[in-house]
Amino acid sequence: MSDPASLHYTAEHEWIAVDGDIATVGITPYAADQLGDVVYVDLPAAGAAVASGAVVGEIESTKSVGELFAPIDGEVVESNQAVVEDPSLVNRDPFGEGWMIRVRFSALPELLTAEQYAAITA
Amino acid sequence: MSARFVDRHIGTDQDMQRSMLAAVGYDSVGALMDAAVPSGIRQSTGAGSPLPPAATEREALAELRALADRNTVRRSMIGLGYYDTITPAVIQRNVLENPSWYTAYTPYQPEISQGRLEALINFQTMVADLTGMATANSSMLDESTAVVEAMLLARRASGSASNVFLVDADAFPQTKALLAHRAAAVGIELQDLPEDVEAAPAAFGAVLQYPGASGRIRDLAPAVAAVQAQGGIAVVAADLLAMTLLTPPGELGADVAVGTSQRFGVPMGFGGPHAGYLAVRAGLERQLPGRLVGVSQDADGHPAYRLSLQTREQHIRREKATSNICTAQVLLAIMASMYAVYHGPRGLRAIAHQVNRAAGLLADALGDRVVHGEFFDTVTVSVPGRADAVVAAGGDAGFLLRRVDEDTVALSVDETTTLDEVATVAGIVAGERLRLAPKPTLRSISPELARTSAYLTHPVFQAHHSETGMMRYLKHLADKDYALDRGMIPLGSCTMKLNAATEMQSVSWPEFAGLHPFAPESDATGMLELIEQLQGWLAEVTGYDAVSLQPNAGSQGELAGLLAIRAFHLARGDRDRTVCLIPSSAHGTNAASAVLAGLKVVVVACDELGNVDLDDLRAKIADHADALAALMITYPSTHGVYEHEVRAITDAVHAAGGQVYIDGANLNALLGYACFGDLGGDVSHLNLHKTFCIPHGGGGPGVGPVAAKAHLAPFLPGHPLAQRDTVAGREAPSDPEHGNIVSAAPFGSPSILPISWAYVRMMGEQGLREATGAAVLAANYIAARLREHFPVLYAGENGLVAHECILDLRPLRERTGVTVDDVAKRLIDYGFHAPTMSFPVAGTLMVEPTESEDLAELDRFVDAMIAIRAEADAVAEGRWPASDNPLVHAPHTARAAITGEWTHPYSREDAVYPVPGLLQAKYWPPVRRIDQAWGDRNLVCACPPVEAFA
Repeated sequence: MSDPASLHYTAEHEWIAVDGDIATVGITPYAADQLGDVVYVDLPAAGAAVASGAVVGEIESTKSVGELFAPIDGEVVESNQAVVEDPSLVNRDPFGEGWMIRVRFSALPELLTAEQYAAITA
Repeated sequence: MSARFVDRHIGTDQDMQRSMLAAVGYDSVGALMDAAVPSGIRQSTGAGSPLPPAATEREALAELRALADRNTVRRSMIGLGYYDTITPAVIQRNVLENPSWYTAYTPYQPEISQGRLEALINFQTMVADLTGMATANSSMLDESTAVVEAMLLARRASGSASNVFLVDADAFPQTKALLAHRAAAVGIELQDLPEDVEAAPAAFGAVLQYPGASGRIRDLAPAVAAVQAQGGIAVVAADLLAMTLLTPPGELGADVAVGTSQRFGVPMGFGGPHAGYLAVRAGLERQLPGRLVGVSQDADGHPAYRLSLQTREQHIRREKATSNICTAQVLLAIMASMYAVYHGPRGLRAIAHQVNRAAGLLADALGDRVVHGEFFDTVTVSVPGRADAVVAAGGDAGFLLRRVDEDTVALSVDETTTLDEVATVAGIVAGERLRLAPKPTLRSISPELARTSAYLTHPVFQAHHSETGMMRYLKHLADKDYALDRGMIPLGSCTMKLNAATEMQSVSWPEFAGLHPFAPESDATGMLELIEQLQGWLAEVTGYDAVSLQPNAGSQGELAGLLAIRAFHLARGDRDRTVCLIPSSAHGTNAASAVLAGLKVVVVACDELGNVDLDDLRAKIADHADALAALMITYPSTHGVYEHEVRAITDAVHAAGGQVYIDGANLNALLGYACFGDLGGDVSHLNLHKTFCIPHGGGGPGVGPVAAKAHLAPFLPGHPLAQRDTVAGREAPSDPEHGNIVSAAPFGSPSILPISWAYVRMMGEQGLREATGAAVLAANYIAARLREHFPVLYAGENGLVAHECILDLRPLRERTGVTVDDVAKRLIDYGFHAPTMSFPVAGTLMVEPTESEDLAELDRFVDAMIAIRAEADAVAEGRWPASDNPLVHAPHTARAAITGEWTHPYSREDAVYPVPGLLQAKYWPPVRRIDQAWGDRNLVCACPPVEAFA
């Protein structure tokens, strides 16, 4: 599990962990809680080009649907098959095993800090 | 003894109403309505009733009898998806005519719906087995709309960039017309599928009729493969009875199978209602439109049924939903599934053999005149130059034969056709007396296409073949369910009022039930008159000029209304008017329907009172000015409030050149007091299954008439095969070739229209007005009595609600941790169906008592809610832990109450008999709270093995 304090965030309730030119993207515990029991996750395939702000996936619970936005321009290098097979990982471990996609990027856009994100959900 | 039907329909008498008025703080219903309904929208009274004076129950039945007597039911051999069938009497009496089945609601509260959910999973299993597909949904509105849904599914699921959908030349004519009308709205181009399938153009999908409208059977595998080779989705419209003998679509490689289950014991009824079906191969489950029953487990780990994958549906996904369909045809799907349960696979096969044999004998007798050598039940016959004479001679002998063209007729046999009838018809067609051979000499189904795989192998299709067994199985299932025959179903926006026995009586009369939808006009004289009278009455009470009864659900009426608006703009050259404004509080169906009408949804904000935000509306109108097509609003609003500004809203839209669609879901708060037409509405759909007493049937049938002002009349639904155009004030539909068709049958679901006809006939204008007053009083009474226990979320200017009220449970949750789910499930322990949950506001309950409940039942509900509030307080005060109290563990089954050691801090009595009245009459839920997530993560949508229930 990543250290939540060191992650980047978006207003769409996603977190981004940066390692070199690879960004790992997931949804925050707040988002997972709002969705409720996640039952289905639809993620882009590796190799897909994504543009910041575009909808690239869907996260369904028993009563609502959330969209996964690309927080960054780049190319998907991996999507989390474990979370596709067991969507409950999103609720159980949103910062860890519940991650969604890894994106190779060239430039990091302006993102929220943990403190800034906490202010949004307060 | 009172002879007034209105006093039977309305649950509260004058004494009850007086004490309720005291609680609300008014002297009379008139004074209450004066305060609740804004004066600016009130219709003038005393101008003389447009409706005939109320008839008694006896008089109404006599009039219906006279109308029925004017119909002529001849033996139909027309076919085209509608066949005579024998409804087993045990199913007619114990399902179709049994309020335990027909008064139930859609199974959104699965714990109290296990019986009909089991019946529906039997239906899904039946369809999936017979078609050879992986997963079937729990019914569509009819075959032709199912084909349209399959076309839309194909466009979503196909990887093809083409916008072309290919249509079999041998598809049913009503399906072709419907495809044309619907495809045009969403930019799909239809092309004929060529006979040489290798020459087919690139397409995202194709539909093939199996067997064809001509009766012809051909191997569809090459066509299926050719479509798929180009990345398209292959849809097969298959006859379920034929599938007992033919290789099913799934084994031919099809992606989707669609059709109707009408001939499984559901009368033709001049076109409906019947259950259509849609099934898909593995991998396309999430693309399915409509409701899908699946298996999950309850809190004790026992198997339990519930609706699966609801996030596909319009109430959650709105304009991105897989379809706008909500109400389907549950009651009819259950009848069809029970026909299969009763006959079993061998019985069905025997029926199919009998039909095929009769068709074979007919073909044999007619020899070389027969056009196709391979067929199941329909024989196309060449009669050069004599088709009209043959059809006329058939008619004289009591048979309806189908004229294909001047040289050709087609003859369909069904399970009711006798060999004597076959011989007679053969003689008429041949023009000479013919003898039938003892058995067919030709094979009409080639060995290559004969079915070899097993079907309906689940024990449920083997176990109930005796009438005693069937009667008890139906009783066993009905006993698991909560319907209006047990108590009130206070579902906001659903109007679960009385479905009176007199209203229901004529539904199964053969003069209404036995008509083929394409029977000649002279055979349907009484039915057509009933349709025209009902259309006229509905126009009068809503302030519109023209009505079409064709839409067979509210969603279809809504779509028809929006298609009319779109066509109106196009006819005036306004090609760019494509924006549809929809308030954020609207039913999800509004947005889903708008997309299917080719419109672009723009959401308008609501203010904190739940009303349309006028400033935002004006801003959105200004933004879209010349692109504005329509505004859709619901009146009274989905928040159950009479908006005072409605005229300002509709005027603003008209001033910008837009049309106003008023959703009729809440008409029960308005009848006799205000008209949609006077509020500025141009078009509306009504829900006959809400306001006009057609029972909900556990999730259908519904009827969703579309009503409009004169300028939209040309654009309302008609039908290319209609006996006559019954829509008032027009020469013909604006698109005469396709008739603005929205349903398979010209008048939708006519066999249930006598229900609404009888209701209006027995209530009269005064009775309808009294019902509205009683409904509004009941809602305000509940609001007044519960307000100190639960905040009532929205109210109009005088603190009054309309016909429903929203109880805000969010403060309770904050204080006690008790959720809206806990309260809803605890109501089951108290013997109630929960109100509407979390619509239109999450965390709330919306209560609509209707006019049909009496004061004792209203008080029983209020007392239950107050007692549940006290239980929640006990949790807040720490007397019960948050994780172990009667609310979080609700509902409690008998098994949970008696099995093992009782370790909870509350007593068994508190669990299952929380109020003494329950000792006299207790509804026992068959399962505990169902795990919704488990079922969606482990999708199973067919009958589970019997061992699962051990």
